[in-house]
Amino acid sequence: MPHKTIELTDLCRVLRESAGVGAGIDLDGEILDVTFEDLGYDSIAMLETGARLSREYGVAIEDDAFSEATTPRKLLDLIGAA
Amino acid sequence: MTSSVITGIGVVAPNGLGTEEYWGAALAGTSGIGPVGRFDASGYPARLSGEVPGFAAEEHLPSRLLPQTDHMTRLALVAADWALRDAGVDGETFPALDMGVVTAASAGGFEFGQRELERLWGQGNEYVSAYQSFAWFYAVNTGQISIRNGMKGPSGVLVNDQAGGLDAIAQARRQLRRGSKLIITGGVDGSICPWGWIGHIASGQLSTSEDPATAYLPFDSRAAGHVTGEGGAILIMEDAAAARARGASHVYGEIAGYAATFDPRAGRGREPGLRRAIEIALADAGAAAGDVDVVFADAAGLPEPDRAEAAAIAAVFGPGSVPVTAPKTMTGRLHAGGAAVDVATALLAIRDGIVPPTVNVRPAPDYPIELVTGGPLRLPVRVAVVIARGLGGFNSVLVVRAPGEATDNANEIKGAIHAA
Repeated sequence: MPHKTIELTDLCRVLRESAGVGAGIDLDGEILDVTFEDLGYDSIAMLETGARLSREYGVAIEDDAFSEATTPRKLLDLIGAA
Repeated sequence: MTSSVITGIGVVAPNGLGTEEYWGAALAGTSGIGPVGRFDASGYPARLSGEVPGFAAEEHLPSRLLPQTDHMTRLALVAADWALRDAGVDGETFPALDMGVVTAASAGGFEFGQRELERLWGQGNEYVSAYQSFAWFYAVNTGQISIRNGMKGPSGVLVNDQAGGLDAIAQARRQLRRGSKLIITGGVDGSICPWGWIGHIASGQLSTSEDPATAYLPFDSRAAGHVTGEGGAILIMEDAAAARARGASHVYGEIAGYAATFDPRAGRGREPGLRRAIEIALADAGAAAGDVDVVFADAAGLPEPDRAEAAAIAAVFGPGSVPVTAPKTMTGRLHAGGAAVDVATALLAIRDGIVPPTVNVRPAPDYPIELVTGGPLRLPVRVAVVIARGLGGFNSVLVVRAPGEATDNANEIKGAIHAA
C-alpha cells in the first residue's frame, strides 16, 4: 500500500498523541538527531508511536529495524525507505 | 522496635479534592454521593456513585503521563504528590532504595482496560494501546508512583477489597521494620465504568436507591446496600527516628497496631473473625479497649454484616461505650481507597480533636453501638481504631495513635502479651 509522506512535524504530532511530552522537552526545537530516550520516550512509548504510525500512514516497519531507529532522523529515513 | 509514623496525607475523595477540602466537607457532613456521571448508568439497577469533583488531570500531571494512565491512577499520582509535599519530602530525601511504595487495589484501571478491549474487538489489535500492558493492572498505582518519584525500595500491592487498604499500610510498616526509611502507602481506587459496574452489581451489595440521602444507611433499619465510589488517600509513612533526624515538620500520628483475621465459613454458627481482629490489633498497639477514643466502622450497609460489626465492637468495648462513626456515608465505599481515607480521617481527628459524623443514618435501636450522628463530635482523640472488611470474609483492623502517646502502660501490656 503506498503511504503518505511523513515529515518531522507528523512524527512529532504522533509522539504527542501517543506518549505526551516530558517536562522540559521542546519537540519544536532542533530534535532530528536527539535520541528518543533523551526526548523522554521509553520503549513502550516508542511501541505505541510505531503502532500509530503504521495505522495512520500504512507503513509496515520491521521490529528490529524500528528499535534501531533511535532518533527522529533515523526513524524518518527508515520510513522513507520502507 | 521502630515506630512507624505518618508525616504526609493526600486525599482525593468524592466530597473533596485535596485533604483540607475533604476534611472540611467531612466535618460539615457534606456528601459527595450523586447520580453516576462517568458513564450512562440509566440502564443499570444501581445509578448512584461517589465521584471526585473538579479533577482535571492535565492541571496536575505532565502530558507524558496522560496517554498511559487510567483515571484512578491519575488521582493516585496527584494524591501522592500532595502527600509528599505535605510531608516535605521528595525522591532525594533518602537513598532511592530506602524508599518504597505499597498501595492497595481492587480492580486496577478498568475504565482504561474496557476502552482498549473495545478497540481490540471493534477495530483490531493494532488499535490497542501499548500502555494497556500495565495501565489496567492492579499494581499500576504502586509502579507509577514509584517511577514518578524515583523510589526504588521494597514495593508491592495488596488486593483485598476494602480490607486491603489497611493491609497495605500494615505491609508498609513491615518494610520500615525491615529497614526502609519511607514508604508511600494507602490506596486510591475507582472503576466507575460499565465493566467495573457489572462487577459491583454482581456483588449483590449495591444499593438500587436513586435518592443520595437514603441510598447508603449503615446501622439503620432501612439499610439496603451501599453506594460505590472512587478516590482514596495516599499516606507518607516514615520510620519515626528517620523522620525526626531529617527534621520532619509534622507527625500526624503513629500506626500503632494491626491485625487481620478471616471469617469461618458461613452457616457453621461460628463467630465471625472481627472481634478477634480488633483484640489482636489493640494488643499489637499495647492499648487497652478503654484507651480507644473513637472507632471508624467498616459500615457495610446491610443488616447482617452491620449486626456482626456492631456485635464485635460492643463485645470489645462494651455496649455503647465508645463513639463509632462512618464518614464513608458521605463518599460511598471506595474499596481499596476507603480504608486509607478512614485512616487519614482518624489522623485528622487526632490533629484537630473532632470526629466527623455519620450522615443520613437513623441508628436502629437493636445495634449496641453509639453512632456519631447529627454533626461532628468534639473530642480529644489519642487512639483511634479503623475497621475494614473485604468481600469473602476478610477482617482488618488498624490502631492509630497520637504522636508521642506511646506510654509505659503500653509497654507493660506488650510485655505481658509476649510473656503469655
